[in-house]
Amino acid sequence: MAKYVGQRIKRTEDPRLIQGLGHYVDDIKLPDTLHVAFLRSMYAHARIKSIDTSEASHAPRVVAVYTGADVAGKIGSVPCAGALPGLKIPNYTVLATDHVTFVGHPIAAVVATDKYAARDAIDLIMVDYEELPVVVDVEEAAKGAPLVYEEYGDNIAYTLTSGEGDIEAALAGADHVLKQRIVHQRLIPIAMEGRGVLARYYPGEKELTIWTSTQIPHLARTQLAIMLGVPENKVRVIAPEVGGGFGSKLNVYAEEGLVSWISMQLGKPVKWIEGRRENIQATIHGRGQVGYIEVGCNNDGTITGLRYNVFADMGAYLQLLTPAIPTLTGLMLSGCYKIPAIQMNVTAVFTNKMSTDAYRGAGRPEATQVIERAADLIAAHLGMDPVDVRRKNFPEPDEFPFKTATGLFYDSGNYQGALDKALGMADYKKMREDQKKAREQGRVVGVGVSTYVEICAIGPSQATPAGGWESATVRIEPTGKVTILTGASPHGQGQETSFAQLAADELGVDLNDVTVIHGDTSIVQYGIGTFGSRGTAVGGTAVFNALQKLKEKATELAAHLLGADASSVAFKEGRFSVEAAMAAAGGNGDAGTEAPAPKSVSIQEVALAAHVAHQIPPGFEPGLSATNFFEPANFTFPFGTHIVQVEIDRETGQIDIQRYVAVDDCGKVLNPMLVDGQVHGGIVQSIGQALYEEAVYDDQGQLVTGTLMDYAIPKAAMIPWLELDRTETPSPVNPMGVKGVGEAGTIGATPAIVGAIVDALSPFGVRHLDMPIKPENVWRIISAQA
Amino acid sequence: MSGSVWLDQSFTVFKSSEVTSMKRTVSVTVNGVAHQNEVEPRLLLVHYIRDVLGLTGTHIGCETSICGACTVILDGQSVKSCTMFAVQADGANVTTIEGMAANGDLHPVQEGFWEQHGLQCGYCTPGMIMAAAQILERNPDPTEADIRHGLEGNLCRCTGYQHIVEAVQNAARRMKGESATGD
Repeated sequence: MAKYVGQRIKRTEDPRLIQGLGHYVDDIKLPDTLHVAFLRSMYAHARIKSIDTSEASHAPRVVAVYTGADVAGKIGSVPCAGALPGLKIPNYTVLATDHVTFVGHPIAAVVATDKYAARDAIDLIMVDYEELPVVVDVEEAAKGAPLVYEEYGDNIAYTLTSGEGDIEAALAGADHVLKQRIVHQRLIPIAMEGRGVLARYYPGEKELTIWTSTQIPHLARTQLAIMLGVPENKVRVIAPEVGGGFGSKLNVYAEEGLVSWISMQLGKPVKWIEGRRENIQATIHGRGQVGYIEVGCNNDGTITGLRYNVFADMGAYLQLLTPAIPTLTGLMLSGCYKIPAIQMNVTAVFTNKMSTDAYRGAGRPEATQVIERAADLIAAHLGMDPVDVRRKNFPEPDEFPFKTATGLFYDSGNYQGALDKALGMADYKKMREDQKKAREQGRVVGVGVSTYVEICAIGPSQATPAGGWESATVRIEPTGKVTILTGASPHGQGQETSFAQLAADELGVDLNDVTVIHGDTSIVQYGIGTFGSRGTAVGGTAVFNALQKLKEKATELAAHLLGADASSVAFKEGRFSVEAAMAAAGGNGDAGTEAPAPKSVSIQEVALAAHVAHQIPPGFEPGLSATNFFEPANFTFPFGTHIVQVEIDRETGQIDIQRYVAVDDCGKVLNPMLVDGQVHGGIVQSIGQALYEEAVYDDQGQLVTGTLMDYAIPKAAMIPWLELDRTETPSPVNPMGVKGVGEAGTIGATPAIVGAIVDALSPFGVRHLDMPIKPENVWRIISAQA
Repeated sequence: MSGSVWLDQSFTVFKSSEVTSMKRTVSVTVNGVAHQNEVEPRLLLVHYIRDVLGLTGTHIGCETSICGACTVILDGQSVKSCTMFAVQADGANVTTIEGMAANGDLHPVQEGFWEQHGLQCGYCTPGMIMAAAQILERNPDPTEADIRHGLEGNLCRCTGYQHIVEAVQNAARRMKGESATGD
């Protein structure tokens, strides 16, 4: 067993964080920093007839005020990486000029010597608005009126049909076709640290440094360089400590471009720290689909085909990946089942709301919810146990790589194994017996099961807008300390620890001698970043591969130092030694009259020798570092089974999750404690989606859930104890067999929770409920029959 | 009674320029160090701690008293420093996250969070640790439900709270002198 990999190793990140000594963007203080506050639209849709900034400009401590007119043509638009046929991409300028399209749309920026003064002056800006008709509901918007953009003539960003197989025949030939409308409500990511930008421009060196709370420092550098017209190699983006992302920081935002530009104009550091209200209004939202399921099945529960017609709410603008999210839904509609024909028809729609984009799971939770609800509908219709419907349609473990009708090849899987383990942990049979007894007593009890598969390790470059690989450099410094530069950009996932575990084992060094550096584009080679559960499966693989290259190089030098042939040098626990046979032969090689070569040499000694370079073989490149850019051949497909038992209070409709059992398979595990943490966090975000969270806009496009007093993310007391276990099916896609786990909880959990509640309410005729399922809804259902 | 009459009688509306000229002196002891500063009356305690004193371990997560990232201990009570003015802390004794470790030794709650992976991104962590310390000060032997209830004023978006609950349980064992692992 490895000393570090696979072990529960305490995080190396934590000592600074538990002492309040980390540095998030707002903790970085530069002398003479100016502070920015934004005036944002209070209307969801309006023409701006005029903006008067004169009073604000003369307010105390105000340095400058900028409006859309001031920056027009000087800063490029907010980028969208969408490349779908017929895609309409509205011009998203960093400040609105004459047309605002959502509440929170930035209109003007005040720059002042302190943040209180900047905020004060916002109230002194006079905007004359002409309100325009507002379109909020995605299905209404799809009908074409009112228009978000007059010039388009409709509100359709794009339409897309995907999937394989003859869906018409599959549905026509099925014994049963079941239909269900399904709403995936809008969610707000709520990273505990909002966004923040600090920009500093040195006019002499022409260097722009941007500290920004981002998941993608290198991609942000490229895009910001383009937006600002600054050479990319003069832009340094630093993602310091990042206080959560969940996809909301997998983007390039107007404020990042504008704050940087202001710094270039004024020649001083400029900072903007997003408030929570701004965060809720103007950082991307997630989900936001209204769809129609048609699923065909035979009498034995076999699924014959699935059609999903979906209206996807884009919001007013397309942020970096906004249009791509529904395509991920389409890829995963097969779930972990053999379905011969699948079709998705997407209608992507503009509305007068904040953009949607990648929120943890990003299109896949929607897919899981669709196929798992479909499986439950089939079970209910046929009077089968939901477990049996699932088992009936699983591919066998020897059918992998498994081809789906959505065009994917699932890498490896043992869905039966995870299901059986979860059923055992839950004692499913007893759960059902208890449920029967409880119902006889008049109690409202339900059990839900979700067997999910997700798509991770995003991804092969061909399947992404730009670059699905990841990079790593590993080097050993002259003093023997090991430095890892990773293109991944962890922000809570713990890869400073797990990557160090890899290096410590591979190089036979102490964990504390390894430092992992990330999130600084001037230190780290180009990288892609952290999202799509790719950090370890793609980024970690790059580290692993770089370590192998590094060991090869070190072995060459060690052999030279040992006076032996590289093929006869063995490396174990941090020391290179000549194998017994060679050692017996003498082993002083061609060293001639010099002292006999040592029998072994440590990797630290090799590192020093590589830098001193007095005793290196001919042609040996001094220094000791290796770089790998890892391009994965496929995605990975983690999977698992979640089982939930709920009891509902008849009097209040309150939903009590009594058991939560989860068996997840994320392939090879580097640090089980970190994996548990990822699963916990994901499940709890799912509990939030299932029971509490919803971004609510009223019919005028006002964001009703505008603060954390109104938008309900789960608190500790709202969460049950989570019972976790794992199966471990290695992925063949990368040498370590890692699959990824960052999004498992948000993808696998909601169907189990919803399924349990629907099951509990099935005696009341309930077959489906949309999220969030609130006590009020449940109470109404129960009282209607009382 | 109309709102405007009530307002007119109760409040004097200041322009921001006047506010800045009305600085007040506050004397606050933070982590055992006495500070005296001239501050605007409207300066929030959290901004005083972070921007005036430079102790940036106390974070701001919501500005509405919901998330608890800004929790500090003020005269023995955990408070949310984003919804309190610095002038209200005049004469008070404040402990922030930077004051928890003593003589190079981590506080047992800090140890518990490290041992049990009670944090991921770390942003809520200082407030969580301050709140957890208060829970244990009031109840050295809390149940899981006690801990979850006690942390209702602190939001975490990463951990799902389970490891935080275990961190507090771990800290409780340490503070009672038991083996932290519960063996």
